[in-house]
Amino acid sequence: MFKSFVFAGALALAPLAGAYAQSTAPSDPQIAHIAYTAGQLDIEAAEQALAKSMNTEVRAFAETMKRDHTAVNQQAMALLQRLKVTPEANPTSTALSQSAATERQRLAGLSGMAFDRAYIDNEVAYHRTVNEALRGTLIPGAQNPELKALLERGLALFQEHQAHAEQLARSHVQ
Amino acid sequence: MSNETTAGADRRDVLVYAVFLAAGAILPARAQAVGRRHVVIVDKMAFGPSPTGVKAGDTVTWTNRDIVRHTATARNGTFDVDLPPGASASAVMRRAGVVAYYCRYHPAMRSEISVGA
Repeated sequence: MFKSFVFAGALALAPLAGAYAQSTAPSDPQIAHIAYTAGQLDIEAAEQALAKSMNTEVRAFAETMKRDHTAVNQQAMALLQRLKVTPEANPTSTALSQSAATERQRLAGLSGMAFDRAYIDNEVAYHRTVNEALRGTLIPGAQNPELKALLERGLALFQEHQAHAEQLARSHVQ
Repeated sequence: MSNETTAGADRRDVLVYAVFLAAGAILPARAQAVGRRHVVIVDKMAFGPSPTGVKAGDTVTWTNRDIVRHTATARNGTFDVDLPPGASASAVMRRAGVVAYYCRYHPAMRSEISVGA
């Protein structure tokens, strides 16, 4: 059951992986938009978990997702304003948003332990996919060194979140 | 100061010295013997290298250079230090032994401090 959730989650995030089959690498404004969107979507997922979950550990994880991604996105906006870079919407970030909306709708129909399992399984898949994109495309592709440095901080953060989600998934597997 | 007589200035100096001597005698020895201070930098989701040569009674100060909030929380309950981004906070290592600690928000962040007697 765990494996099928992860697979479904990974499929939903395929646009993120598939976008990098395109011939032109994303520009800094597009990279900024993708990274910001990825953080924002995790905040929204956390808010849904905080509205629905009654599990202490799941709620603590969701609080951390919300706190951390809010902090990183604030840093990102401050940096982009200083660099006078406007994040540019692009097919990758649009697809990411659409996948997340679909997932949120699916989770809205769940409650209790079923919701918790689905939320955590999706968080594992989501973080794995975003980390691959950060490592493989966003960080190598970033031209501005300060943007690159912030993305590297983002990767360290997302890797810890992934480890945390995986630990929760293991302890919740029935 | 220039209007005082020499005798008045001498008397004041004696009084000041007397107050310091008395304070030294009254204050507990503990407050006068200050332990050493050690620093751990927290950055990029990790605790920096643990200080060496820490003795019981020394202070460890964590400085959070990361952009997210962390904690330094002892597994044995002897300290729980909140570290908002950019903040520093300290705890006194009161007992000898190895103190394992972690970040309450990020369970993969772990370290330990060896405290000598």
